Amino acid sequence: MDSFWIDPFSFIGSQLAAWLTGLGLAENWVSLILQLVGALALGTAVLMLTFLLIWAERKIVARIQDRLGPNRVGPYGIFQTVADLLKLVTKELITPEGADLLPYNLAPLLAVMSVVGLWAVIPMAPTLLGADIHVGVLYIVSVGSIGTLGILLAGLSSNNKYALLGAFRTVALMISYAVPMALALLVPVLLAGSMSMQEIVLAQKGLPFLLLAPVAALIFFVSSIAEVGRAPFDLLEAESEIVAGFHIEYSGLKFGMFFVAEFLHAFTISALTAVLFMGGWRGPWAEQYTALGFLYFLVKTSLVYFVVIWIRGSFPRIRIDQMNALNWKLITPVALAGLVVTAVAEKVALELGAPRLLTHLAGNALLIFAAAAGLGAYARAARRRSELLAKASKAEAPAG
Amino acid sequence: MLEPWIFIALLLGVGMLLPGVAIAANWLLSPKKPNAIKQSTYECGIETVGETYVQLKGAYYIYALIFVVFDIEAVFLFPWAVAYDKLQLYMVLEAVLFIVILAAGLAYAWRKGVLEWV
Repeated sequence: MDSFWIDPFSFIGSQLAAWLTGLGLAENWVSLILQLVGALALGTAVLMLTFLLIWAERKIVARIQDRLGPNRVGPYGIFQTVADLLKLVTKELITPEGADLLPYNLAPLLAVMSVVGLWAVIPMAPTLLGADIHVGVLYIVSVGSIGTLGILLAGLSSNNKYALLGAFRTVALMISYAVPMALALLVPVLLAGSMSMQEIVLAQKGLPFLLLAPVAALIFFVSSIAEVGRAPFDLLEAESEIVAGFHIEYSGLKFGMFFVAEFLHAFTISALTAVLFMGGWRGPWAEQYTALGFLYFLVKTSLVYFVVIWIRGSFPRIRIDQMNALNWKLITPVALAGLVVTAVAEKVALELGAPRLLTHLAGNALLIFAAAAGLGAYARAARRRSELLAKASKAEAPAG
Repeated sequence: MLEPWIFIALLLGVGMLLPGVAIAANWLLSPKKPNAIKQSTYECGIETVGETYVQLKGAYYIYALIFVVFDIEAVFLFPWAVAYDKLQLYMVLEAVLFIVILAAGLAYAWRKGVLEWV
C-alpha cells in the first residue's frame, strides 16, 4: 500500500506483470500483453478526454463572448458532448457518387491515428511514459504530418471541387507551418543534448526552457496552433469559408472523427509545449511522488490549453495570403535566427563564463527587437506602396 | 531495443481501431436510404459544372519546394543539435554558416516575389 501511494504507475504495472507471470506465461508474452493493455488504456483515455475538452472549449469561448454556453444537458451542461455524439451516431453515412472509397474511408482513421500516436512519447510522470525512444522529437514531427496526409486523402477522394481546393490550401498551410515548428523543436534538443522527451524534461532541472528560449517557445506554440488549424488560422474549415473545406462530403461519425482529431490535436500540442518548454512533470517532490508529477503535467497542459482557447476567442480569422506571408516572411526567419541566437549564446556563456540565463535572455531580447524593427520597416514600406497607389488612382480619376 | 517501438505500433493500431469501431457503430445504427439527390456532389445547392479535378495553381508547387528545402535543412540540423554539448565554438559557427546560406536562399525567393499568394 505504501508503494502504491508513492509510485502508483510502477506499482500497477508490476502487480499486473506478477499476475500474468503467475498464470504461467513466458517473459515476452507478459511484456507484450502489458504493452497492449497500456496502449488500449492510453488510446481510450485520450479519446474519452475529448468529451471534456469540447465541453470546456464551448463554455470558455461562450464566457469570452459574454454568453453562457451549454447548460441544459446535465449539471453545467457536462453531458452536452455525449448528446451530440449520440446524435452523430444515428446520422446517415451519405457517400457521394464517384467518391474513391478506400481513401474516403481511410482519411478519418488516419487523422485520429496521427494524433493518438503522438501520446506514445509524451512523458506524463517520471514513470508514466509509453515509449522512451531516442528520437522522440523527430517522431513528433513525422507522426504529426500523417494527419496532413489524411486531410489530403479526404479532399482528393471526395469528388468535389471545393473539397479539393480546401484540401490543397490546408496541406499548403500545414507544410508551411511545419518548417518553423521543426526549427523551434531544435532548440530544446540543443539545450538538452538529446532528442528523447524524457531527457528533455530531466534537463530542465533548474530552469524551464521557457525562460532560456522564450522566442522558440512562442514560435513553436504559434506554428502548432496553425498546424492544428485552429482559430485564428481556421480559414480552411470554418463554415462561412470554402463551405467547410475538405470535410464537405463527410457525415455522421466520419465527420465526428475529424472533429475529435482537431480538438485532441489542440490538447496534444498544449501537452507538447508543457513538456518541452515548461518542464512537463517537474515540480516540488515530483520525483518521489510520481502521482504529483502527473498532476503538475495536467495543470501545465490545461494552462496552455486555456491560452489556446483564449486566443481562439480573441482574434479574428486570418486570410490565406496573410497566413502564408506571416509564415515565410516573419516566423521562419525568426525561427532560424532564434536557433542561431540560442546556439551561440549557450556556447558563449559556457566559454566566457557569463551567467547562462542572462545571456540567453539578452540574445532573445535582441532578436525580438530586431524582428519588431523588421516588421515596422515592412509595414512602412507597405503603407508607402498603398499611398502611392492611392495617389496614382486619384490622379487618374479626375482626368477619366 | 525493439520494445518501445512495439508499443508505438500497438498504439497506432489502437488509434486506427477505436475510430473504426465508432464508425462501424455509426454504420449499424444509421438509416440507409440512398437516393440520387442526396448522393450528388454538394455545391451549396446548385448543380456542379465541369470536371472535379481542377488544375492546381503554381503557387502550391513553389511552397512545397521551399518546404522540402527547409525540412531537409532541419533534418540535417538534428544530429548537430544532439551533439551540441561536445562541440566547440567554431563548430557551432560552421552550422550557423549553413543556416545563413539557407536563409540567403529564403531572402532570394522573397525578393524574386515567389512567396506571394496570387
